Amino acid sequence: MRIGFKRPESMRNSPTHYCPGCGHGIVHRLICEIVDELRIREKTIGICPVGCSVIAYDYFYFDMVEVAHGRAPAVATGIKRVQTEKVVFTYQGDGDLASIGTAEIVHAASRGEPFSVIFINNATYGMTGGQMAPTTLLGQKTTTTPFGRDAKEAGYPLKVCELLSSLPGVAYLERIAVNNPVNIRKTKKAIKKSFHLQIEKNRFSLVEILSPCPTCWRLSPLESLKWLEENMIPYYSLEVVKDSVPLP
Amino acid sequence: MGKIVGLTGDETAAEAMRQINPDVLAAYPITPQTEIVQNFSQFVANGVVSTEMIRVESEHSAMSACIGAAASGARAMTATSANGLALMWEICYIAASYRLPIVMPLVNRALSGPINIHCDHSDSMGARDSGWIQLYSENCQEIYDNLIQAIRIAEDKEVLLPVMVTLDGFIISHAMERVEILEDEKVTEFIGEYKNPYSLLDVDNPVTWGPLDLYDYYFEHKRQQIEAIEKAGEVIQRVGKEFKEISGRSYELMENYRLEGADLVIVAAGSTAGTVKAVVNQLREEGVKAGLLKIRAFRPFPVREVSQALKNAKAVAILDRSVSFGAEGGPIFLEIRSALFEEAKRVPVVNYIYGLGGRDIGIDEIKAVYKNLERIAQTKKIEKLVGYLGLRE
Ligand SMILES: Cc1ncc(C[n+]2csc(CCOP(=O)(O)OP(=O)(O)O)c2C)c(N)n1
Ligand code: SF4
Ligand SMILES: [Mg+2]
Repeated sequence: MRIGFKRPESMRNSPTHYCPGCGHGIVHRLICEIVDELRIREKTIGICPVGCSVIAYDYFYFDMVEVAHGRAPAVATGIKRVQTEKVVFTYQGDGDLASIGTAEIVHAASRGEPFSVIFINNATYGMTGGQMAPTTLLGQKTTTTPFGRDAKEAGYPLKVCELLSSLPGVAYLERIAVNNPVNIRKTKKAIKKSFHLQIEKNRFSLVEILSPCPTCWRLSPLESLKWLEENMIPYYSLEVVKDSVPLP
Repeated sequence: MGKIVGLTGDETAAEAMRQINPDVLAAYPITPQTEIVQNFSQFVANGVVSTEMIRVESEHSAMSACIGAAASGARAMTATSANGLALMWEICYIAASYRLPIVMPLVNRALSGPINIHCDHSDSMGARDSGWIQLYSENCQEIYDNLIQAIRIAEDKEVLLPVMVTLDGFIISHAMERVEILEDEKVTEFIGEYKNPYSLLDVDNPVTWGPLDLYDYYFEHKRQQIEAIEKAGEVIQRVGKEFKEISGRSYELMENYRLEGADLVIVAAGSTAGTVKAVVNQLREEGVKAGLLKIRAFRPFPVREVSQALKNAKAVAILDRSVSFGAEGGPIFLEIRSALFEEAKRVPVVNYIYGLGGRDIGIDEIKAVYKNLERIAQTKKIEKLVGYLGLRE
């Protein structure tokens, strides 16, 4: 008998703490599949953020560093400058990357640091209980915008890929989602491309992944997929925002 | 009459802030502070406060926004915990040196790393030299009372300094207790209106905030800051007395709990003081002359009051919920030992570090401390100056 679907070797055999229907687990698995396929388990270093994925190091079966909220790109810079042959990636939420860590991501990108960024946009601060994030949509209800985000007092949702796209240090930016099997496959392709660009071209890239957070959105897992499709995708269009080094 | 309600520590802080109705609240969420700001967001959304709420991208910006708002003449508040306070560090010093009366509930949480979300005092103790006044709260009632008094203390013309009101993360912030809430009007009247004497864009009195200050005047300005925080001691006492008139609850710099004739004294701050009180009551029934000195104001530190309260004790144990790495003992211990140096009669003092990262402390551990104090009082010998409670060794 042949086993066609099994746990990637890079994924530890432990239950995750993520809520049912959460996108984090899907992306974890994709990263592990890629690390297996590229046979880089012994040269991969991941950096996990502060956010719901704060203990992601318990799920990845390679070296991980847990860093302060928002500082992953700066720590990754330090690691990659020393261990230049390693494959380094940061895994960050939208609070971590697009709020408290905005300076770090902009400057790592601007310097063109050659690591990969996996950016999970769930339009909220999941870990701390669903407060408004810079990526929260207009009208979206959160625990700090109980009647919905109002641009007059809380500004507009931040588009990270577009923000970074003007920087010459950035090779590749793609926004994708983990809402259905087709997009999940596309997400895997995008992350793989990002790893390739790092390994082969020594370039900075970022993949933004729209990801459901049923718990903070106060929806069932199925409803949250629908909400993502009807609300997030129209604003955060799924596209390659920048690709200056197309792969052959 | 006010009302009696059941609230968690975070809800209590939010309720006090609703009554204070600050002009500006700038905050970034962090466990276990989150519910303060979430509850306050509801008040903003429901229009029951007239506060301008700024959902900033970090604590560094939260404190910076408070500085801008306070310098513009607003009553500005924020709230945070642990790493959030650490990220504010730079601006905390600046807020104090600008003499801006910002008031901030700080929900005590262990500083990273390793990352931890539970209570210890490493965050506030780390900020003890930032120039902020620090008031520690034992329970929900004290959070409420301290926050309201903090506005008056901070804005007193003799003081003009920021105030941090601490509450123990989860132990108090997430536990529900009975709280007496005053009438809104009473609080409004008690805190009065804030008028920054040097507000920005008062065209008749132009000002510059925070200009370069080198070896010519920096030192004198620091001296003024020292004087202001020293002055705060008297103001804290005066405001405490006035607060009694509207609430029936009186506040001093510290609380002497059954210290009359006490031979064996524990000193503690925060929620642990409540547990110590329970042990003191038990021991007193058994005929042991136990007492508690509870620290309320840690900055300014009430040196005279502390030595007065402790000078007749036969043995004293200081409980510290934080470490001063490389020092001989925790921050409260160092202060108290130094305060007692001037006493003619030497009082034996020992230190216990406890509760780091949220490690629980209970009746049994505290009883063991009193047992040790009994031994010290009898033998006049200190076997271990700095010990640890509830630690695997
Ligand atoms: C300096 C600092 N401020 C605040 C926090 C509290 N905090 C922890 S996670 C988080 C937000 C996480 O949101 P996001 O990055 O979007 O991750 P998610 O949980 O949504 O995956 C915040 C504000 C912290 N840990 N450190
Ligand atoms: S709160 Fe949201 S982001 Fe966090 S684990 Fe649950 S579903 Fe996922
Ligand atoms: Mg998020």
